[in-house]
Amino acid sequence: MNQPQFTKAMGQDEGAGPRRTIDAPFGAALVELGAKRREIVGLTADLGKYTDILPFRDAFPDRFMNVGMAEQNLVGIAAGLARTGYVPFATTYGVFASRRALDFIAIGLAHSRLNVKIMAGLPGLTTGYGGTHQAIEDTGLMCLIPDLVVIDPCDAVETMAATRAIADYHGPVYMRLPRGKVPVVLDPAQPFQIGKARLLASGTDVGFISTGFMTERALDAAAELAKRGISAGVLHVPTLKPLDTDAIADFAARVKRVVTAENHVTRGGLGTMVAEALFDADVVKPLTRIGLPDKFIECGVVSSLQDRYGISTRHLVEAGAQATRRS
Amino acid sequence: MNAVPNIAAQSADIDALRRRAKNMRRHMLVMARGPGQGYVGQGMGIADVLAALYFHEMRWDPKNLLAEHRDRFVLSTGHYSIALWAALAEAGVFPLSELPTYGADDSRLAMSTIDTTPGVEMIGGSLGHGLGQAIGMAIGDRMRGSTARVYCELSDGEMQEGSTWEAAMAASHFGLDNLIALIDCNGIQADGPMVLDMEPVADKWRAFGWDTQEIDGNDMRSVVEALAATRSGVKRPFAIVLRTKPGSGIPSLVAREKAHFIRVEPSEWDALTAELDATEST
Repeated sequence: MNQPQFTKAMGQDEGAGPRRTIDAPFGAALVELGAKRREIVGLTADLGKYTDILPFRDAFPDRFMNVGMAEQNLVGIAAGLARTGYVPFATTYGVFASRRALDFIAIGLAHSRLNVKIMAGLPGLTTGYGGTHQAIEDTGLMCLIPDLVVIDPCDAVETMAATRAIADYHGPVYMRLPRGKVPVVLDPAQPFQIGKARLLASGTDVGFISTGFMTERALDAAAELAKRGISAGVLHVPTLKPLDTDAIADFAARVKRVVTAENHVTRGGLGTMVAEALFDADVVKPLTRIGLPDKFIECGVVSSLQDRYGISTRHLVEAGAQATRRS
Repeated sequence: MNAVPNIAAQSADIDALRRRAKNMRRHMLVMARGPGQGYVGQGMGIADVLAALYFHEMRWDPKNLLAEHRDRFVLSTGHYSIALWAALAEAGVFPLSELPTYGADDSRLAMSTIDTTPGVEMIGGSLGHGLGQAIGMAIGDRMRGSTARVYCELSDGEMQEGSTWEAAMAASHFGLDNLIALIDCNGIQADGPMVLDMEPVADKWRAFGWDTQEIDGNDMRSVVEALAATRSGVKRPFAIVLRTKPGSGIPSLVAREKAHFIRVEPSEWDALTAELDATEST
């Protein structure tokens, strides 16, 4: 029998791969912003240690509040602060923000277009703590809220760039938060812009449309497919709302088959939104959706859960290889 | 620092405030008559505290509603909007001629508050939102060195929303002496008399670290004195538990108490108005 693997504790890095990493990129970016802009404040609901916001607390203790385990109140207080001119960045886990505080984000923030940034830790399947902690349907829920910007960054570079961009943007934002040692995948020279997709590879046999850390896997899959003589394009979509439907339609029109990839259930997330966007644009292509199944995921080791539930690089390679066989 | 009038510095003219409250009740009847319905009972119940706030206690300017250092009134129970419209109309924010549009398509005077209407600080109505946002405003004011105060109305039924208690904990933790909760205890909720007993209300707020008073919310002198007492310098948030009567000011409406949503027959409006006019101001 194989040696058993164990779930790591909440604060530990659970998914370090071969790439260079940056430690707590969000915290670093927020400290940099806070030094320039006195209206930026930090809040958390007893998860400061696990959402990389403690560097901000240490740098600006007078502009930081820990409201305890109370996500509805976290969002409410952030809303009130925004009404007095502050720009709150509020951190908690994605599950608690999206499920527990949904009405507070919808009515308390989005309905009034308040300038609050919800920073959602443990996005998708990035913890082995089971369904209570895995925000596998959060971007779908948040994208249904009018006027809310929803972002799922790929790597450390984009996490920092997106943090800066949403601070400059006036309005409510829900952003998935990679925390801890976050890999560097993207070219920092390519700017992040809210609402803009980024073309990372232009192969035409298969086109990966991906968001969040799945873009890293799409790039790895494209490299593997290239070895097999299959050319794969990669369109990275860090902003799920507003969705860059033009870029998605243009990209899909040039590939034989589209494969969406997201760290989220395939229903209601990127895969669904891409399908809608392509129909709306009269671009009808075969479509494979890579993501999590419509079920709660159990406890376990993150890497093995990701592999078991279909979001490891292997699944993208298989989908890409199949795409060429079908066409 | 505050560019808004400090009305509270003047001593209260209780009779004048009673007349304001009576005018507001008259405005509410005018409003409700249009659609033939409205939260008249609750509106009448909190008319006295709104009159005391808007015409005595709060530092605000009807000509400059977004003044940076204004005192803010947060109406957490957005469906009480009829009372807020009455206060704002009485202060001249809206012309009285606009009152009959209450609840009409495209009217600014909606049946539940929306913050695009002048004078509204927050979208109320999804209950349990007000106190948390009021805390954020109170912290924000304190952080920017403003001496403005935040008054947050909430209701007894609303205390059943757990977010109210999340907020109650945080307000005392942060020592918000610029925050005043006005808890309208009228004893009714949507399904009838208190579906879930919330007593003892005052003890609950006291236990959560609030400086708490309990008064007759339809007695103007008690209301004015309780509001004045919140300027005591105690480093705690203040809760005023207001015992109010739905329909207060119109005896035949009070007699229908325990009704969350009072329906008024078209033939009754003149009689109710006459009854209000004949009633001594509280």
